[in-house]
Amino acid sequence: MISQNVDQKTDLSEYYGIETIGITKQFGGVKALDDVSLTIPLFGITSIVGPNGSGKSTFVNLVTGVLPYDDGIVKIETNSFKVIHAHETPEHGITRTFQEVRLFDQMTVWDNMMVVLTNRSLLPSIFERSKAEHRKKTEEILKQVGMWEKRESMAGELSYGQRKLLEIGRAMALEVQVYILDEPFAGLFPQMLERVKDLLRDLRASGRTVVFISHNMDIVRELSDYIIVLESGKFLLAGEVEEVLNRPEVIRAYLGA
Amino acid sequence: MNSSSATTSPSVLERGLHTLREKGDLELYANVFIIGIAVIFTLWQGTGFAITLATVFCIWAILSVSLNLVVGYTGLLSVGHIGFFGIGAYGMAILTSDTSYELLRTEAIPQFGWPFFAALPACVLAAGVVALGVGAVFNRFRDDIYVLVSFGFAIIAFNVFLSWRALTRGAFGIHDVQRPSIGGWQLTGDIEFLILCVVFLLIAVGISWFLVSSSFGRVLKAIREDEQVAQVFGYQTTYYKLAIWVISAMMAGLAGGLFGSFTKFVDPNSFILLESMLLVSIVILGGLASIRGSLLGALAFVLLEEGMRFLPFLPDEFIGQARQVVLGVLLVLLMLFRPQGLAGRYKL
Repeated sequence: MISQNVDQKTDLSEYYGIETIGITKQFGGVKALDDVSLTIPLFGITSIVGPNGSGKSTFVNLVTGVLPYDDGIVKIETNSFKVIHAHETPEHGITRTFQEVRLFDQMTVWDNMMVVLTNRSLLPSIFERSKAEHRKKTEEILKQVGMWEKRESMAGELSYGQRKLLEIGRAMALEVQVYILDEPFAGLFPQMLERVKDLLRDLRASGRTVVFISHNMDIVRELSDYIIVLESGKFLLAGEVEEVLNRPEVIRAYLGA
Repeated sequence: MNSSSATTSPSVLERGLHTLREKGDLELYANVFIIGIAVIFTLWQGTGFAITLATVFCIWAILSVSLNLVVGYTGLLSVGHIGFFGIGAYGMAILTSDTSYELLRTEAIPQFGWPFFAALPACVLAAGVVALGVGAVFNRFRDDIYVLVSFGFAIIAFNVFLSWRALTRGAFGIHDVQRPSIGGWQLTGDIEFLILCVVFLLIAVGISWFLVSSSFGRVLKAIREDEQVAQVFGYQTTYYKLAIWVISAMMAGLAGGLFGSFTKFVDPNSFILLESMLLVSIVILGGLASIRGSLLGALAFVLLEEGMRFLPFLPDEFIGQARQVVLGVLLVLLMLFRPQGLAGRYKL
């Protein structure tokens, strides 16, 4: 069962970044995700929407190896995985942010960025100090997300909006194909909101796959090229934004009728 | 509605507490105070006492710096570190002591008769090998469960020292542990031994500094802050935790070897759980994730331990208990008013 694409004409999903085939996750007796098969296009911005408890965050956690899935297959580009380990996701070309911002709180903003850039092999990392190229990249991204002045601050001392920006910046420092952002807009002031939107657009412009979860339908309409709707742990619909959001089953799912 | 004078000007006490919590000045004061006491002590009690004090300090400093790598930098609150210290000390005792002169022949233990400088690497290695096995199991745990399992390790280690009589002579302990010699030159004198300890302390501090200031050290801190996120960014965190655990244990083994040789007598009582707790207290007192802090903590502890016997109003039989009480009270006060310790970079 492959996704029921609403829009067959453009069919962005032909070039998918991620495809899941029947992934299932149970917590105790509750099926958080039930046989979800869908594709995420390789280019553009894809949003995942659905009412609370529809399994959006669980989906992201499974795809990024934060939680193991009980059943199913995740395909990333040409590789299929029965199991995904979190530490392998950058190799697969995926990174993510979390719904509740998770920074390295008792480390400086600078170190939060640097840690993402350095050597992944244990022994060489012992002999590696901060490299000029890493410092340059860190400076570049901190300036891009507007956190350069805060580089000496502890991440735990930042405001909520700054924390969101740093978390997105940290993900951006990792140069991968797919960026999955779990509620990047929640709780942001308008000014910060615009900044985050711009960051997402920048990523899209550089040919990356951007996936985000949001409850804010205005932003979803404004930013997304493709939309995936989940409902009570099941895949409901996917396709182009306006068409999907005007479908009666989506309206019903949202209004809870 | 609010009277401005009440809200804008905090009381002297509040300001004092704020300074204590936030400012780095305390570190400086503590440095001056503790080192000052050490100097006064030395002048008062003479060089022999100072040499003993300095040697004990070196050994405890190696231990606390090594434990800080695990607790302060990696966030694994291990209370079992004394086990590795004991492995080092027993390694030195078993490999170097001449047991044929022992009065008590009932507990015949094997004789190796190794020289000090052959035994010391063996102590370090033994601690490392044990740590590798223990760490592989411990890696499954974190946070409070980690404290519990490391607690278990400390108790098991103590009981092995106590009960494996064919190797450790149990409660009798091992006497006549060797002092080092280079060629024909015996380093039996206290001053020579002190110099040796200082050299090893410098090596341990150097290695620790090298580790924590590298990319590896930064990953350790990231693991301490949020292990899962560190994984999401591509770090296989179990290997990092295991690596620092083994390195730390090897340093503790080194300290143990020096300790065995220094005291010339090793018995299980030096490696009880309480000593491990004191060690954790020193590390927290000095400051987590700060090598300087651990040195400061070790110095404060050694002064406390040796210094309290000179208090005129304290009867001799209470000295041991009194230093624990003082350390306990200090720890509670620190947790209340300065959770990062004297020179710490990380709060529990």
